[in-house]
Amino acid sequence: MRAPRRSSHQVLTLNIFTTTMANEKLVYMDHSATTATDPEVIQAMLPWFSEHYGNPSSLYRLARESRTAIEDARKKVAVAIGATPEEIFFTSGGTESDNWALIGTAFSHKKKGTHIITTAIEHHAILHTCEYLKKQGFSVTYLPPDESGKIQIEDIRAAITEKTILISVMFANNEIGTIQPIHEIGHICRERGIIFHTDAVQAIGNVPINVTNMDIDLLSLSGHKFYGPKGTGALYIRKGVRIDSYLHGGAQEKRKRAGTENVPGIVGLGVAIEKAVHDQEVKTKRIRDLRDRLLERIFTEIPNCRLNGHKTDRLPGNINICFEFIEGESLILLLDHAGIAASTGSACSSGSLEPSHVLMAIGVPIEIAHGSLRLTLGHENTEEHVEYVCKELKKAVEKLRAMSPLYADYMKKRQ
Amino acid sequence: MDHFMNPRNQGEISDADGVGEVGNPSCGDIMRIFIKVKDNIITDVKFQTFGCGAAIASSSMATELIKGKTLEEAWEMSNKAVVEALEGLPPVKVHCSVLAEDGIHQAINDYRIKQGLSPWEEKGGHTHSHDDETCE
Repeated sequence: MRAPRRSSHQVLTLNIFTTTMANEKLVYMDHSATTATDPEVIQAMLPWFSEHYGNPSSLYRLARESRTAIEDARKKVAVAIGATPEEIFFTSGGTESDNWALIGTAFSHKKKGTHIITTAIEHHAILHTCEYLKKQGFSVTYLPPDESGKIQIEDIRAAITEKTILISVMFANNEIGTIQPIHEIGHICRERGIIFHTDAVQAIGNVPINVTNMDIDLLSLSGHKFYGPKGTGALYIRKGVRIDSYLHGGAQEKRKRAGTENVPGIVGLGVAIEKAVHDQEVKTKRIRDLRDRLLERIFTEIPNCRLNGHKTDRLPGNINICFEFIEGESLILLLDHAGIAASTGSACSSGSLEPSHVLMAIGVPIEIAHGSLRLTLGHENTEEHVEYVCKELKKAVEKLRAMSPLYADYMKKRQ
Repeated sequence: MDHFMNPRNQGEISDADGVGEVGNPSCGDIMRIFIKVKDNIITDVKFQTFGCGAAIASSSMATELIKGKTLEEAWEMSNKAVVEALEGLPPVKVHCSVLAEDGIHQAINDYRIKQGLSPWEEKGGHTHSHDDETCE
């Protein structure tokens, strides 16, 4: 059913989370991919497009309003992560923040050393940037996680050399949801005088973060992962940490990140992060409970599946399961047909021939990794969604197993 | 999409005259083709597939295309015919149709060997390495 025409104001107040598509409801369980921008965030952004459109670098009143709006947003981001406003630099998103953190630190500390430590399960924004840095003469150690996806503190200690200038470990993994011992890693880095960066793109709004208490030097975040607008993000740079500028040009962001500021986006990011950390514990508990319920239902009703990632130290909305004998992309297509948005680490979905590097790193056998499903729950998910997803998932898995030669062999062996 | 949502000829023929299996689980796709042959004609064909949507749709379409055909006709059916019948596949998914062609060839040769005949040789063209250690 198509919504009747309404004024733009009314459209924004519609329930954006139960979009009607071809007369079918959409159950969105891919919040780690992105989230719908919160209507309040959109409302806050709107005036900054055509009403208050002044360039923050200009001098007249119209421009000063934009400057003030940016500085307000900066304060909100700072408060959310326990930093000071001067330590927040706006970027275009998580990827830019990760690139800047790694490349900017590497080049500014080149004389001190050329060794970087990271993990095998980072986002490609880190892994591919490390590949680039290797071509520039840096060396990179990729720490393997244990089977729950955790990085071992002893492994970090052992990997540090005299030449180590930077350690980058993600706060929480985007695929399996495992949360790393960031505080302990930060402590080691501070002790050894090594810059510590964490990609906290998945963690904001889900896990309590305090950059000061956790000894974090650099932190990447991305607006659209916590109901903010796409194309917005920030890099926290602890006061006193030396880092090269990334974009060269005007004097914006204290000459560290040139380019006219995305004022509406920055305003939206500010509102979104303020909302994300407000009542965080209550909101994440609700999501965690729903997630646990869905997990329990799946394991009760569908045989031959396994949970990937850590049992307790994981993002509240994250489920990552491998269903044996079936392939993930076909599962996603069947779920999509039922109006469910989810994702997989199977090779077919990524366009590459290898299944997820994260599942490989935690030791999931390759043929089983092809059958992985990631469901990531968010604010708008309900008990009803959980029931519906469980029912449709069971049907889809049964349908694919019925045509799977691997399942046929398995059943014959059992007889 | 229809051949993925409602695949034809899915299942197993327990007394098949020829069985072909291609692909391997680490590559994320396996296709098993069963054929029943009478008087040189494929009277029945079924498939079992572990793989992506395109692999399932290709299996369904390929088995539809060879049903009721002579073994020679079935052998000549190329992956291109499968792609055309499905009204196109994205470039990264074309290998799924190749897998279906290979599976049918294997099933036909399995039948020929069981009948004491020499297997037909693959014409040049594609050399599909799906059975090798590497995927593609």
